[in-house]
Amino acid sequence: MSNSESGNVGIVIVSHSAKIAEGAADMVRQMVGNAVPLAWTGGDPEGGLGTNVAGILKAIEIAWSSAGVAILVDLGGAETNSEMAVEMLAEDRRGRVVICNAPVVEGAVIAATESSGGSSLSAVQRSAEEFYA
Amino acid sequence: MSLNRAAKENLVRALAVSVIEHADELTSLDQAIGDGDHGLNMKRGFEAVLATLPGLADKSLPEMLRTIGTTLVMKVGGASGPLVGTFFIELGKAVPEQPTRSDLVGATGKAIESVKARGRSEAGQKTLLDVLVPVQAIFAAGADAEAIAAEAAKAAVRTTPMLATRGRASFLGERSIGHMDPGSRSASLLIGAAVATLTIEAGL
Repeated sequence: MSNSESGNVGIVIVSHSAKIAEGAADMVRQMVGNAVPLAWTGGDPEGGLGTNVAGILKAIEIAWSSAGVAILVDLGGAETNSEMAVEMLAEDRRGRVVICNAPVVEGAVIAATESSGGSSLSAVQRSAEEFYA
Repeated sequence: MSLNRAAKENLVRALAVSVIEHADELTSLDQAIGDGDHGLNMKRGFEAVLATLPGLADKSLPEMLRTIGTTLVMKVGGASGPLVGTFFIELGKAVPEQPTRSDLVGATGKAIESVKARGRSEAGQKTLLDVLVPVQAIFAAGADAEAIAAEAAKAAVRTTPMLATRGRASFLGERSIGHMDPGSRSASLLIGAAVATLTIEAGL
């Protein structure tokens, strides 16, 4: 998980499957190279399918940017655990993390592409969520 | 209600054992209408809670409940982690060290509201709320321990004919009908264990 000093919005990919999360991250890197801080997490605390708050907190830390972080999630538990993780962040960071209502792979690629152009967190979230509209 | 150190330890053990001993049953319920990990996830969470004993029981009741909740949030690894964890965390925020029955009624009510907010859900969607809400209602209305435990078991059974509209089971649509909700079953186990222990330890 190499990172970016670009100051662009960070992208976090949360899937129940570490393979899906890593693969989606590979697709993001292919699109935007190192222009965007990026991290992924997948699996329960023992490495089975699932999501876990500690892993999500760590991913947010890795992808942290002063411009904020957009999280892409797959199924319900990924979203619930991501919301829990956001609430556990320090207060000054909490308001700069959003969970996008978008498909995880497409949303991550679109969000990262938007971020790589220097867009704001709200623009990054909007472009990912427009995929559903 | 006064809970000394030994009573708190017994309560934590009873809660954990109730879930751990039924892990296979919870998994098989979840295999029918979910992703089949509920038993394993809850077992992992409550084993982590057990591992914090005996020190956990030295904490004040509010702090002990918050610690249980945080441990579950961090260790369960599924949507039930934040949901059940939030219940314990918020219960810990709302109870005094020596709660009266009316304190517990108020605190469980607040904790259930937090679970609803966390899951953006209400009773009637085939989730643990279908146990928590009716059990809390009869608790608030003055039911005794036996009636509370009986209602918890019955409420879980009542989820069987329900259509899931929230959680993984909702993906199955009408095929979710005819199976007991695993989250409701684990909630009923925890309530049964809590009530039995509090009756012995504190004369609930």
